[in-house]
Formats: sequence, structure tokens, C-alpha cells
Amino acid sequence: MVEQILNHSYLALFFPLAGFIIIGLGLGRESRKLASAVAIAMATLALCSSLALAWAYKLTVLEQPGLYPDQTLVATRTSWLNFAPGMSADMGVLLDPISVMMLLVVTSIAFLVTIYSIGYMRHDPGFVRFFALLDLFVFAMLGLVLATNILQMFVFWELVGVSSYTLIGFWYEKPAAVAAAKKAFIVTRFADAFFLLGIIVISQQAGGFDFSLLNSPAIATLLNHQVAILGLDVNLLSLTSLLIFAGGWGKSAMFPLHVWLPDAMEGPTPVSSIIHSATMVVAGVYLTARMFPLFAAAPGTLTVIMTVGALTALFAAVIAITQKDIKRILAFSTLSQLGYMMFSLGVAKTTPGGDILVFGYSASMFHVFTHAFFKCMLFLGAGAVIHAVHAGDLEQMGGLRRRLPWTYCAMLTACLAIAGIFPFSGFWSKDAILLAALASGHLLVFAVALVTGGLTAFYMFRLFFLTFHGAPRHGHTDPEDPWMTCAIVILTVPTVFAGGLEHLFTATVIPALPAPLVHSQAAWLPWLASGVGLTAIAGAWALYGQGDLRLATRLCQRLGLAHRIIFNKFYLDEAYLFVTRRLIFAGLAQPAAWFDRQVVDGAMDLCATILQAGGQTIRCLQNGQLQVYLGAAIFGVFFLLTFVYLI
Amino acid sequence: MNGPLLLTTIWLLPFITGLAILPLNRDAHQKIKQISLLGNGLNLLLIIFLLLRFIDSAPTMPPGSHASHFLFAYRTAWFSILNIEYNIGVDAISVLMMLLTGIVIVCGILASWPLEKQSKEFFILLNVLVGGVYGVFVSLDLFTFFLFYEVAVLPMYLLIGLWGTGKKEYAAMKLTLMLVAGSAFIFAGILALYFESGLQSFDLSRLALIRFPLAFQLWAFPLIFTGFAVLGAMFPFHTWSPDGHASAPTAVSMLHAGVLMKLGGYGCLRVAIYLLPEGAQFWLPFFLVLVTINVLYGAFCAIRQTDLKYITAYSSVSHCGLVLFGFAAMTFAGLKGAVLQMVSHGLMTALFFCLIGMIYSRTHTREVDDMGGLMKVMPFLSVAFVIAGLAGLGLPGLSGFVAEVNIFVGAYANPATLNRICTVLAVLSIVVTAVYMLRAVNSLVGGPLAGRFALLTDASLLERAPVTILLACLFGMGILPGWIIKLVDNAVHPIFNNMMR
Amino acid sequence: MTLSHCIVLALILCAIGVYGLLSRRNLIGLLLSVEVMLNGANLNFAAFAHFRATDPVAGAIFPVFVMAVSACEMAVALAIVIALYRGRRQLDVRSLEELRG
Repeated sequence: MVEQILNHSYLALFFPLAGFIIIGLGLGRESRKLASAVAIAMATLALCSSLALAWAYKLTVLEQPGLYPDQTLVATRTSWLNFAPGMSADMGVLLDPISVMMLLVVTSIAFLVTIYSIGYMRHDPGFVRFFALLDLFVFAMLGLVLATNILQMFVFWELVGVSSYTLIGFWYEKPAAVAAAKKAFIVTRFADAFFLLGIIVISQQAGGFDFSLLNSPAIATLLNHQVAILGLDVNLLSLTSLLIFAGGWGKSAMFPLHVWLPDAMEGPTPVSSIIHSATMVVAGVYLTARMFPLFAAAPGTLTVIMTVGALTALFAAVIAITQKDIKRILAFSTLSQLGYMMFSLGVAKTTPGGDILVFGYSASMFHVFTHAFFKCMLFLGAGAVIHAVHAGDLEQMGGLRRRLPWTYCAMLTACLAIAGIFPFSGFWSKDAILLAALASGHLLVFAVALVTGGLTAFYMFRLFFLTFHGAPRHGHTDPEDPWMTCAIVILTVPTVFAGGLEHLFTATVIPALPAPLVHSQAAWLPWLASGVGLTAIAGAWALYGQGDLRLATRLCQRLGLAHRIIFNKFYLDEAYLFVTRRLIFAGLAQPAAWFDRQVVDGAMDLCATILQAGGQTIRCLQNGQLQVYLGAAIFGVFFLLTFVYLI
Repeated sequence: MNGPLLLTTIWLLPFITGLAILPLNRDAHQKIKQISLLGNGLNLLLIIFLLLRFIDSAPTMPPGSHASHFLFAYRTAWFSILNIEYNIGVDAISVLMMLLTGIVIVCGILASWPLEKQSKEFFILLNVLVGGVYGVFVSLDLFTFFLFYEVAVLPMYLLIGLWGTGKKEYAAMKLTLMLVAGSAFIFAGILALYFESGLQSFDLSRLALIRFPLAFQLWAFPLIFTGFAVLGAMFPFHTWSPDGHASAPTAVSMLHAGVLMKLGGYGCLRVAIYLLPEGAQFWLPFFLVLVTINVLYGAFCAIRQTDLKYITAYSSVSHCGLVLFGFAAMTFAGLKGAVLQMVSHGLMTALFFCLIGMIYSRTHTREVDDMGGLMKVMPFLSVAFVIAGLAGLGLPGLSGFVAEVNIFVGAYANPATLNRICTVLAVLSIVVTAVYMLRAVNSLVGGPLAGRFALLTDASLLERAPVTILLACLFGMGILPGWIIKLVDNAVHPIFNNMMR
Repeated sequence: MTLSHCIVLALILCAIGVYGLLSRRNLIGLLLSVEVMLNGANLNFAAFAHFRATDPVAGAIFPVFVMAVSACEMAVALAIVIALYRGRRQLDVRSLEELRG
């Protein structure tokens, strides 16, 4: 049985793909019932097969630690792309603790989002297309998660990118949606170009693509030397690992490549929920975790990761406080949480004493796990609110507590979870991350994490109070939809209880490093973190709890310029526009096009013109005057005769 | 049917089809098209049959072999005073190219079904052109190779000049003159090979055994390589491509960008690199710089274009630059990637021009700024256009990725600093490619639908056929590249070994 | 009278013909000039046949032959000239330049 399941591990990927093909190609536009039935069936089958796979993995690997010392099992593998003799890339299914964790997260969230979307998309003309694309995304995401080698990961990495592109631009008639889709794809593509470069460099050195090969200490040693690039002395290992990390930098929307994620909220809310918060955007974190042994061996790489992560966490949290659109706030909150996961990976490994510490690694993976559920739910809840009031602006909400009671309760648990309040799941994973930051000795990072935790609690409850409390600031409200409510309510279970699984992560989710686990308990830490969170919630209550915005507005006016800068997201979008429009389009592409038409093509035309002018000149001789011809002939004869005579 | 006869039939069949059209009435448009489709469809089947037989009987080459092995070879004296022979045979590269040609021409004929203007002459010329292309791919005698090459290039002048749009006379003249100038280089080079070898022979296999003196290779290689590279749109000899493609009618654009430009790459590989390896080693780094410019510069130029055909033409410049880039990388994976890119780009660009033709026939504009929201009225064409765009920007799962990643990996595998720098630049070009592809796709498909387009219809069943065929090929090559790579491996090994000897 | 005299006369005739060809504007004048040149050539034939050849008959045949051919030529040329004159009412060669490149 176990054998069978492992042999057919590709089924987990197959079902979503089948869903995509059946819905995308097989069904007409009208068969909504059939499309939703197929979508639900495929999501269920994928969930079942991934559960079976996890079970089989547990029986095979986790219960036989002697057979699989690094807890890694390649269940399926088939040769795909053959480069040169001895260097080929496979397609396969790799099972290890983090891939199984992600497998479960992706399939379960996909299942719930599918259910939710049937309600949410009910009146949309693109209903069928939506489910086809959703299944395509799930397929691509599973392929990414289960990749056995870095090229396979890149293949599916691009596929999730393109499904994200098509889903952000799902409402293709909205220019904003189309522009956001393009922006998301191009920004991540920019990062992916470096990722591809990193893959090329490392595969060239290592002679292969498999993660087991790339993560082996031998490769790290092989790469760990200085090379001169354009006069600079660079460590090849650091360079390569940073190039690979660049992929994650874009996909996980780390500062300053985060600009695409807030705009991506133009897509339908279920899409934001599954792709742009719970699963796809953590692909960058997942990549970092996947390549962790290599990154950890590289001098400086983890420091970069840590710095970028911490910076993004704080930066996004600050912006989130000022935003007015419910989905944008959640998007910045996602950025901030991704920053958490990133710096948690960054603080793993090194301490000032030189000890090896992988606690941050498991904390990060744990946070990926818990965050997926509560953030997914926050988005679904926000979707329910938008569905009810047909607007996303917080200023048009308020007082929805009575109209959407289920959503209200569910959102409350999710907000408590993300604020890190005991005993909700977020408390445990955030605590683990804070502990990791503290234990690593990077006190600045710890302080940033703590402050960001407070800010998170503040802006989440600002959102919560403005949405549900106070007097209504809107007209008509639609009632709750059973499909949507069902999915949201189911999600409260992991949101509340996922914290209980922490021991699984600390016990098993450890990369293949020969590392002793340092777990210095700081008993005061949970109290401190909770204290900060509760204070922030209290602050939010004081400012927004009554649904009265006057106090908050006065505060904003007092802050003036600072508020305006933060509200405009530090003008980074404008900076990007300047770089692309003015520098690249007008400064590079326009001259190139001009140069091509005028200079290069002009040179070709010049050749033609010269020939033509020559022809014109010679043509005058051919004037049709017999006597001129004759004169020329006679002159020629005399000329030749003289010539011959003189010689 | 024995192999050589099969090869002869394949290149003769288009000419016969052309002859069969000749006695028809000028107004029998349907009949003319049906006969063309029949002839070329039959030919495609023959090529598939050839491919299957080839796979069956191709021996696995020993890795160290230096000489390309040609299957179904046949030779007989044709003009014995000058030792010109009718000498045919194929290896995997030529079979794949023939397959590509077969697919593109069938799709091209289907795509030009609405054409009514002088259809008889049009289809005769089209068939002559295709016959020439097949002839090039089966020829192992450099003289007949060149002869067929010219037969393939020259009908283009009439096809663009008579059936084109816009500045068609100018474009046709420019295209023909530049290509013929390239041909002059090629012919001079071939004659030099003929005499310098001491054999007074045009036989490719025999010439390949000669070690030409280095001094000779140093001037002959750039001559021949540049001659072919003009057709491969190498910077700065690419400027015929935007005007030519923009003015040509749909089927001709498809055939020209899809197949004819590949003749350039094919000639570079088969004649220049294979016969003059030391010259290649000396000169290719220089050409590497030029084609890196090609790749980046074509992409940057494409950003600023507003006409769909110009965008596609510049993207062809960029992508065909990658073909030559793969050659210039001088590594095994690079050469292989270049061959794959020829196939992939042929399919992709044929699809592009096919779609643009169909969209243009509805909207009567090719300006991207004038369009928008076409997804609503023509979902099939729009989705196909999106997929073509994604193939163009090298999305995995479509053929472009397989080729590009091979080229990049191959280019980086060469440890020379120049190669490394050029590889980095070429890899970064995928971002620029994404920018112009998405710009075209988004402004075509997305946004609000203009009122005057509200009544347009989606593709008819007949129009869906070529699009579907090309899409299937793009996906097939992208998802299951194994068999095609195995074939190409076998054919590239001897060329690579010979180059590195 | 020696061979030299004859050759000089032939040369003078030929030169007159050339001069006429280059300077005349009328087509008929041109034809006359051509005839003068031809006769210069004929004179050469006859003179060489008379002074140098072993068998003078062979040399004498040529002028006869040339005269016959030029008579035919004249017939054709005059026909063309007349046709031209009918069409254009003038025979100035400088205005006849349809073959200009």
C-alpha cells in the first residue's frame, strides 16, 4: 500500500492538471455546474492523494530514521531535459519534511479556496476560466514544492508566475488589473533572470541540478573561492547563492522588489488569498529553505537574507498602518510576514559564538505553515466583506458585525492569530521566530521583530474595528454566502490550533546539517511579545474602536508630511515608473529603435542610394545620341592607339 | 519506398504541386488552394514517415566521431565536367528542419485560405519556394545546395512585392538585395572551397575530410558565415527583416520567419562551421559579440514598436540572434540549443504571424495602441496570442524554454571571459523580452473593448486548424523535449567534435 | 600612283565620312557620310589587291560585295528614314533619342 502510494506520487500533481485540462479545454462557457463539480472533485482528489502521500512518507521515512538519515525520499523521477553528456535535469517528486508540509498546505488551502470561489465567483462571466486557471496554479505550485532539482523548481517557478499573471489580470477589461498583472510578471521575471543565471552558474560548477548534489558540502567547498569579476574580488559561493536567492527576492516580494504585490490585489480575492498570501509568495522562502545548506555555507548570504527580511517586515508594517483599502492592508501585512519568515531563515546558523543554530529555520517553516492558514482566512474574510458591500475601501465599511456574524468571528480569530495572541497559532510561530532572533544575538533584528509585531497587531485591529465596529458607512449589504462562510469557518480550526504542532517542526523540519539544536528558553519572551501585541490592540481600540475616525484623522494631520510619504508607500512606485519610463523606455529603447531605423538601416539605404546615384551618373552617358556614341568610340580608338604606341 | 526516393519525392512534390496548379483556371481559387493543401499535406505525411524511418534506422553515433553521418544517401553525376553531383542525404538536423517546413507550410496555406488576389500565381510561387527549402535541406552537394537556396530566396521578392501591404516594393527590394548580397558571399566561399580543397568537388562529405590551411580558413569562414548570417538576421545585416516581415502577406511572413531564416542558421552550421572548424574557432568570439548585440538590441527595439508585425519582426531578430549565439558559444549544449531554437522559433513565429494575420483581417489595424479587450470578442485567438507571447518569452512548458536554457547553459559552459559576459547579458535579455511581449499581449487582449470591435467574430473552424497545429507543436516540444533532444544530440556530436578538433 | 597615295586617299575619305557622321544633323546626311566611309574602305581593298595581292581578283571581289551590301542597306535605311519622316516631319538626329538609357 505504502509502496503503491509512493510509486504513484505524481498523482497529487496530476489531479489539478487534469482539472485544468478538463475545465479549460473540455467545457464550454455555459457549464458552470459541471466546471465547479470538476474543480471540487479534483481539489478533493488532490487533497486526498497528498494526505496519503504524507502518511506514506511518515511511515516510510520518519519511522525508519536509520534508512533515511537526511529524511529525504525521491518518490518518482524521470529524465526530462538532457543538456550535455552527464548533465541532465529530471522531473520528479521529492519528499522531505518541508515539501510534505507545503504539499499539505497547498492542497488543503486549494480545496478550501475552491469551495469559497464557487460562492465568490458565482455571478462572474469568467466563472469557468477562473477554475481552470486556479487548477493550473495548484498544479504549478505542487510541482514547485515537490521539485527534485533546481531546474524543475525553476520550470514550475515560472509556471506559478504565469498563473499568477493570468489570475491577477483575470478581469482583463479593467486596465488596472492588466497593468498589475504585467507589473507582477515583469518584476518577478527580473528577479528570475538572476535566478536562472544562478542556476546556470551553479549547475556548471556542480555538473548537475539535483538539490542533494547542490546542497552537499563538497559543492560549497568547490565554489568557495575568490574570483575576479570586472576587477572586483568576489566570492563565487556568495555570488552564486545570492543569484539564486534573487529568485526568492522577487517571488517573495522582498524590499525593494515588493512593488508588484500590493498591485496584485487587483485580482479576484480568492486568488489573492491562495496565490498572493498563502502559497506562491512563500515560494521564495521555500527556495531559501530548500537551498539552506548552500546558503549557510556562503559567507555573507544569510546576513543579506536577514537584513532584507527584517527591513521588509518593518517597512511593510509601517505602510500597512496608513492604507485604506482592505486588501492592500492585507497585502502589506503579507509582505511583513514574509519578511519575518525570511529573516528567521537569515538568523539561523550563525551566532557570535560561532555555534550552529538551526532554530530559526524550523521557526520560519512553522510560520510559513501557520501564516498560510490565518492569512488565507483573512483574505477570504476580506473577500466576504467586499462581496457584501461591493467595495474595498475601509471608509465605506463599518458596523458589519451584525450583518456578517460568521465572518466577524472568524476574522477575529485570524486577527488575534496574526497579532500573536495566546493561544492562537500565530503566537507560537512568532514566538519561535523571536526566540530565534534573540538566540542568534542579532539584537537589532530582534528589536525590529518585536516592533513589527506590535505594528502588526495595531494595523490588523485597525482594519478589524473599521470593518466591523462602529456605525455602518455604506448602503446595501448582501447576506453571507454559504459556500464562502463554510470555507472561512473551516479555516478557523487550523488558525486556532495549528500552534499545537510546533514540536513537529522543531523535531523534524531540520535541514540536512550536522547541527546541534540550541534552544535556550527565555521565559520572559512570550510575556513581552504578548504585552506588546495587547498594547497595540488597545491602541487600535482607542483610535478606531468606536468606528469614529475623527481622532485618527487629526493624528494623521498632525503627522502631515510623514503620513503622506508613508501613505504613498515612500514613493517607490513613482521611482520605478521613473526608471522604467524615463530611463529604460525613453533612454534606452527609444534611442535603440531610432538608431536601428536611422543609422543601421540608414547605412543599408545609403549603400543603395550610392549605387543608385552611380547609376544616375553613368546613365547620362547613355543619351541615345548616335553621334556622341560614335565620337566616344573614335576617341576610344585613338586613346587606345596612342596608349599602345607609347608602350 | 526506399530512402533516397523518399527524399527526392519530398523536394519534388511542391514543384509538382506548383505544376498541377498551372493549368487551372485563374478564378478556381478553391481548387488551387485545395491542390496546394493536398500536395503539401501529403508531403508533411511523407516527412513524418521519413522521421519515423529515420528514428528507426539512425545508428547511435560513437561519441568521438568527427564526420556527420547521413542517412538515405544517394549520389549520381549530374554535370560531370565540373563534378557537380545530385547528392542527397539527411541527418537529424535536416529531418527536423524539413518537419518544421512541412508544418509551417501546411499552416501557412490554411492561413491564406481567404486570399483571392491572383491566387494561382501566389500558390505557385509559394510551392516553388517551399520546394527550394526542402532542396536545401536534402542537398549534400554544395552546388545544388546553393541552387536550391537561391530558388528559395528569390520568389520572396515577387511574393512580397505583389501581395504585400504598406511599403511593399521598397521592402521586397531591400530584402532581396540584402539576401542576394549574402548569396554572393556564399557563392564566392563555396567556389573557394571547391578549388582550395584540390578535389574540384562540391561534395560536403568529402570536403569535410579535408583540413583546409589555416590562412584559407581565416578568410573563407567569415565570408561564408556572414553570407548565411544575413539570412539569419545578424546585426547589422538584420534590417531587411522588420520591413520585409511587416510588408509580407501572412503565409509569406510565416514561411519566411519560420523557415527561411532558419536556412541561414542551417547554412552557418552545415557549411561554415562544419567545413571550416579552425576558422570558426578564430572568428566565432568576434561573432559572439555581434549576436549578443542582436539579442539585446532586437529586444530593446521591439519595446518601442507599435505595429504588431514590427514587434514580432524585432523579436525574431532577437530570437534568431540566440540561434547564432548558440553557435558562437562553441559548446555542445550551445550548438544543440541553437538547433532547438531554430525549430522552436520557427513554430513560434509562424504562430505569431498567423495570428496577427487573422487579427488584422478583422480589426484592419496592427497598431497595438488601437486595439484592446479583444479577449471578449475573440477568446480563441486571444488565448492563442497569449500563449504565443508566453512561448516567446521562454516560458517553461513551451518550446522556447527548452531551447533557450540549452543555449544559456551551453554558452556559460565555455570558460572564456567574453562568453561569460555575453551569457550574462543574454540571460538578462529575457526580462526585456518579457517587457515587450507582455506589452503587446496586454494591449491586445486586455483593457476595455473599443466599440467598433464589438461585432467582430472569433476564428472560424478553418482558421483554428493552423493555430491548433502550431500550438500543439509548441506544447509538445516544450513538455516532452526528450525525443527531439536525443535526435539533435546525435547529429550535433560530430559537428561539435569536428569544431573542437 | 603608289599604294601610299591610295591609302592616304582612303584615309581622307574615311575621315570625311567620320566628320560627316559626327557633325551632320540630318539623317540622310549621316547615311551619305556612312557611304563615303564605306567607299574609303573599298578603295583600300582595291588598292591592296592591285599592288600587293598575287591574285588581284580576290581583292576586287570585296568592293563589289560591299557595294551590293551597302545598296541593300541603303534601301532598308532609306525606308526607315522615310517612315521616320512621315511620323515626325523632321530628320534631326538630336531629337531622335528614344533609346536613351
